Amino acid sequence: MIGLLWLVPLLPFAGFVANGLLGPRVLPRKLVGPIACVAVALSFVVALGAVVGLGDLPESSGSGAGAASGLAVDHEAHRVTQTLFTWMPLGPGKDGRTVSVDWSYVLDPLSAVMLLVVTGVGLLIHLYSIGYMEHEDRSGYARFFAYLNLFMGMMLVLVLGGSLPVLFVGWEGVGLCSYLLIGFWYDRMFDEKSGMSVADAGRKAFIVNRIGDTGFILGTLLLLSALGTVQIQEVLQGVPQLSAGMATAAALLLFVGVCGKSAQIPLYVWLPDAMAGPTPVSALIHAATMVTAGVYVLARMGGLYVASPLAMTVVAVTGGLTALWAATLGTAQTDIKKVLAYSTVSQLGYMVLAAGVGAFTAGVFHLMTHAFFKALLFLGAGSVIHALSGEQDILKMGGLRKRLPWTHATFLIGTLAIAGVPPLAGFFSKDEILWAAIAGRGGSLLLWFAGVVTAGLTAFYMTRLYMLTFAGPSRLTHEAEHHLHESPAVMLLPLILLAVGSVAAGFVGVPHFLGGEAIPNFFEHWLAPVMPAVAAAEGSAPLSEWAAMFVALLASGAGIAAGYAMYRGGPRPERLTPAVRWVRAKYYVDELYDLSVIRPYRALCRFSSAWDARIVDGAVNAVGFVTDLSGEMLRLTQTGYVRNYALGFFGGTILILYYVLR
Amino acid sequence: MPVPPDHVLTVSLLLFGVGVLGVLTRRNAIIILMSIELMMNAANLNFVAFSRQHAHLTGQVFGVFTIAVAAGEVAVGLAIVLAVYRRFSSIHVDDVRLMKE
Repeated sequence: MIGLLWLVPLLPFAGFVANGLLGPRVLPRKLVGPIACVAVALSFVVALGAVVGLGDLPESSGSGAGAASGLAVDHEAHRVTQTLFTWMPLGPGKDGRTVSVDWSYVLDPLSAVMLLVVTGVGLLIHLYSIGYMEHEDRSGYARFFAYLNLFMGMMLVLVLGGSLPVLFVGWEGVGLCSYLLIGFWYDRMFDEKSGMSVADAGRKAFIVNRIGDTGFILGTLLLLSALGTVQIQEVLQGVPQLSAGMATAAALLLFVGVCGKSAQIPLYVWLPDAMAGPTPVSALIHAATMVTAGVYVLARMGGLYVASPLAMTVVAVTGGLTALWAATLGTAQTDIKKVLAYSTVSQLGYMVLAAGVGAFTAGVFHLMTHAFFKALLFLGAGSVIHALSGEQDILKMGGLRKRLPWTHATFLIGTLAIAGVPPLAGFFSKDEILWAAIAGRGGSLLLWFAGVVTAGLTAFYMTRLYMLTFAGPSRLTHEAEHHLHESPAVMLLPLILLAVGSVAAGFVGVPHFLGGEAIPNFFEHWLAPVMPAVAAAEGSAPLSEWAAMFVALLASGAGIAAGYAMYRGGPRPERLTPAVRWVRAKYYVDELYDLSVIRPYRALCRFSSAWDARIVDGAVNAVGFVTDLSGEMLRLTQTGYVRNYALGFFGGTILILYYVLR
Repeated sequence: MPVPPDHVLTVSLLLFGVGVLGVLTRRNAIIILMSIELMMNAANLNFVAFSRQHAHLTGQVFGVFTIAVAAGEVAVGLAIVLAVYRRFSSIHVDDVRLMKE
């Protein structure tokens, strides 16, 4: 099945073309959803087959050389490269070798994990969307599924891309789909208070991402000029040739891209507003898959980052700071999706932190578990919103436990999983990251402490969210109460499957000190061939692994207890202390960006516009005016009387004769 | 006694001047044509005068040639005048200034 790797991104593209071209008019509405789902399902099956094939590769190179055409197998690294065609022949490089960019897909343990997460979770969310989007009109319905399929295709190109430019195509493609899907209801208002429309939210996401993408492409070009190649494997092999400064610069430039895509400080501001899109989109793109692309790139380029201690420190500190920063913001949001959005930013911070202390495996592990429970939480939130006919304010919910039993049960599992309650998925992955933050390379008590506080805050705001939504007295309006209904089976099935995943996914990566010999850390073993070896911090950690885990559990427990105690009786009247006001206002970051970036930029735009209108257009108009004026003057000489011309002719002849005969 | 060339040239100059004046000042297309004819014949006179002075026949041949061309030119010119008259009911050149308007 590995030979069919190229089909994996192509199938969703086929779905996109079918639904995009035929969906709005030709295809019957009933077929649109199934087409999209089948495209992703086939993709999932092929991906699964390919990953199984990858697992069955013999350890040493045996008869693998004679594999299907276009396949290169590296048995040592468990890597299969499928080169489809030469995309950009770039001519001879510095050492005379021909440099070219191939369109190649790489399947190795890392991309295998991503492949299964993306297609698996993506499939469930496609299924869910059939129910969630049922009220859309026919063309909107088809458009939605077309975009969703396009996103899947792009995401799979990103994951499988064997060279940085191919990866970048996917990277930009998912950004485009993110924009299209955030702005899906482009004619609606998103935030009445600030006057932000849904279309504005889409643009914001696109523009902020573009800033990151600039860094990414600059990093790619820097690597190309330094190493003469952009094939990821060749780049990683060439890292030792790089000077320390060059490695740091390239790593940091790529990290700018990571900050944009994975919503890290200072480019995280787009993700909360990305909630303007339909909820399945938030689950698929802005929780489970696209936003984790940055973490994936960190892991993919791990060898580069390991070569630069400075870059590693920047990554770790950014991650830790983002985790803490966003977690505090999550505690004060009243929009069910925005709480989850800040939670996503915070969890992404964890993953980046893990990468920054060299625990790439832990980061990817958390990426995977997070994909399960955060997709679950978003879909659960979507189910609530669907049941309440669009209400998203948790202050107007409450008491939904009995009315939405399935949604409630699965949401509770998601909440416990993200809060880090053992033995759910979030516990294992978070614990590994926290331990790495203290014991990994460049780890410190400070980073660990930030992580632990974040864990406590996470537990707190998730409990708050849960309590306000499902527990306590009902605060629904009469009308909402009347329409209240549990979601259809097509939406509940993905919830249940994701809940199972949220419970079980953690067991593939049980830390050694817990599992011992009985439960091996399968995940780490699987990823070992592709992850750069990182030496642990020198000396012994100030805490034992057990103690660290205990403290983290304590923090989670305290968060849950506090959340339960404070919101047992519904929303509390809040004293507006300065601290609360700051958190409510999201630390005024949007305002700060408005003042420091947007306003100066607008001023520059006005200046450019004036320059264009006055100076540039003025010059053009001046040329026209002069021409016109001289024409007017010359016009006077054209009388239309033949004798005037004859006189001129005569005079001219005499002058010429005089000149010639003189 | 042969006429000295200076005299012939003077006559030719006067003839040419009359022609130019006619072209520039008159408005009747036929008079203009006639004035052009005058200038041509002034040139012809020059040819013949120099032909005699240098005892070379080429000038006289050229004179005959010019007379032939002038006949052709007058034929075309009169045809134009006729066409103008049909179009404008006038042979006044000042009335023919369509390009100006």
